[in-house]
Amino acid sequence: METPQKFTISVYTENNIGLLNRLSAIFLKRHINIESLTASPSEIENIHRFTFVVIMQESKVKKIVGQLDKQIEVVRAFYHSEDEIIYKETALFKVSTEHLYNEEIQDKLKFRRANIINITKEYFVIDYTGSKEDIDILYDRLKPYGIMQFVRSGRIAISRSKMPISDYIKEI
Amino acid sequence: MLKEHKNHKISGAEAVIRCLLEEDSNIAFGYPGGAIMPIYDEIYKFEKQFRHILGRHEQGAIHSAQGFARVTGRAGIVFATSGPGATNLVTGIADAQIDSTPLICITGQVSSHLLGSDAFQEIDIIGISTPITKWNCQVTKAADIPEVFAKAFYIANSGRPGPVLIDITKDAQFEKFDFSYKKCDKIRSYRHTPKIKEAKIKEAAAVINQAKKPFIVFGQGVILGNAEEEFKTFIEKTGIPAASTLMGLSALPTSHPLYVGRVGMHGNYAPNVLTNDCDVFIGIGMRFDDRVTGNLDSYAKQAKVIHLEIDPAEVDKNVKTDIAVLGNVKETLVKLTEQVTPSSYKEWLGEFDKLYQKELEVVIEPQIKPSKDTLTMAEVFDQINGQTNGDAVIVTDVGQNQMIAWRYADFVKTRSSVTSGGLGTMGFSLPAAIGAKIGVPEREVISIVGDGGFQMTLQELGVIMQHSIPVKVVVLNNEYLGMVRQWQELFFDKRYASTEMSNPDFIKIAEAYGIEAKRVTTREELSKAVKEMIASDKPYFLEVLTEKEGNVFPMVPTGASVSDIRLS
Repeated sequence: METPQKFTISVYTENNIGLLNRLSAIFLKRHINIESLTASPSEIENIHRFTFVVIMQESKVKKIVGQLDKQIEVVRAFYHSEDEIIYKETALFKVSTEHLYNEEIQDKLKFRRANIINITKEYFVIDYTGSKEDIDILYDRLKPYGIMQFVRSGRIAISRSKMPISDYIKEI
Repeated sequence: MLKEHKNHKISGAEAVIRCLLEEDSNIAFGYPGGAIMPIYDEIYKFEKQFRHILGRHEQGAIHSAQGFARVTGRAGIVFATSGPGATNLVTGIADAQIDSTPLICITGQVSSHLLGSDAFQEIDIIGISTPITKWNCQVTKAADIPEVFAKAFYIANSGRPGPVLIDITKDAQFEKFDFSYKKCDKIRSYRHTPKIKEAKIKEAAAVINQAKKPFIVFGQGVILGNAEEEFKTFIEKTGIPAASTLMGLSALPTSHPLYVGRVGMHGNYAPNVLTNDCDVFIGIGMRFDDRVTGNLDSYAKQAKVIHLEIDPAEVDKNVKTDIAVLGNVKETLVKLTEQVTPSSYKEWLGEFDKLYQKELEVVIEPQIKPSKDTLTMAEVFDQINGQTNGDAVIVTDVGQNQMIAWRYADFVKTRSSVTSGGLGTMGFSLPAAIGAKIGVPEREVISIVGDGGFQMTLQELGVIMQHSIPVKVVVLNNEYLGMVRQWQELFFDKRYASTEMSNPDFIKIAEAYGIEAKRVTTREELSKAVKEMIASDKPYFLEVLTEKEGNVFPMVPTGASVSDIRLS
């Protein structure tokens, strides 16, 4: 039995209303949970890029990518395993200013290379970029001090090997 | 027409009709309503150039458009208003999507300033139809109409065909703009037909040339690719026996010496059993549906599998392929034919014949020439075959009537078998037959439907009446939802939950619509009535009372292997 693993699916598309709905419906139809989703412009002008993270068997992810790829407004879709990509997520933490001069916190932020990007009388905001696991660790470290707000982005990823998309665009 | 209207502003609604005419579509099915009235106003004005068939329900209209598309190979056009008009199309759209039928569905929508306000008859039909369309698009500006229609036709008809939906707000229908039309022949993100890889052709040919017991299963891809001749040439050169899926039926004449019947749940005995005996399995324009394969763990495991397919997403979806030959079968079959050596498999064909004789004796003969007085469904097709010589378009519904038609009807021409395959939509037959007859008026078109399915869309008899469409309707009445009853008998200890039907007097219903109608219960009446029906050049309604608890055999029970097909 094939074991499920984490895959990052990159979908290059036209930028059209309703396309996200069409793409997510493909996951819904197969009862697949989307772990994370990011939509952004890509390296190619007027072409957008959706990045999905899913946990599933490779044979199934292949079929999902086949279905994504055949949508009219999808230019190309690809999937990669964890070791084939470089990826990051961003998180923002809002913490009460009473902890701002706490040395423990200062040490932890320095150690993790997290930045304080805003300070007010009531709170300060920490900006941190890393893997999901890195962010989880920082979250656990900050939790005892009381996190007033926390938000994290979906995954963004770049493949180690060349994405055949640019060649394809040239071809057409 | 284009020139006349250059530099002359027309409304979005008029543009819709002009776009359809530009694409040589001058017949549409539909049902008017508030949000699509400007378009209907143009249909009125274009009466001489553009024909509209008023259904009696939007589901009826879209099934008619499907029937039209299936027999002509051209996209069916259907109009509906916003809200319930649009949602009533859903079953037909889903049916067309799974059976790869090209459709252009045009829905009216509330004015753009009302979008999202829960206005009267507002529904998010784009959201609803997204998972069941090949493509869909909402238009809120008249100026976008020509480009959207050009794209819609291109997408619906190219590659693996399918339904598209265009939702047009009412204000966009009223808005005036400068109209000009340019057909679409390219969309940069859309690759409808994969490039053929010569290496794959070579590889496939080598395997075929080595085969001792090769076997072909062909699907609707042969018909959609207009590749019937190329397919015939291929099998005749190689001498390989070929069986059809439900959707592939009529791509090859059923009398062809290399035609060995139908594969699948209620298909023929030999091709199902020998699927698990062949050494090379060649799937052509088919998608290994679960009703074809039965249990995948024991499906053609001994064979090398070659799959000729236009849609890369179908390769390895259900059955692991050894060699995938991607492309339109119209081209790949020609290339493959060039590289295969002429052959014949007399002994192997003999195995098919041996098993056919068994099916003939145990199933077919008793069905066609029963010893009992009650009529079987198979007898009806025996009579129809005799009267039409297999030249009719047979439009079936879903259930026993469909499986018996599939098993027993003869076909000599392609695009002659129209049925709801993937979705299994009851109520499909009558409206689809109306659309088919409008598509090919010169051909005999016979709707085959059970008493259950007939009552799902019988309101469409009104269309036959209003437009004097000489469709022949045969209701096979066993006073049960026969297929479900059969399963209840076999797998639920005869607990006939909600399958017995109290039916109205169908003859009176047909006559109320001004259609000549006859009910038959005996063999003598049947043969006379079928003759009379085929001889008639008017609409004709025939009700055949068949045995109440007849079963369709052979049968591959759910979860069983195709080679464990039961003859009784």
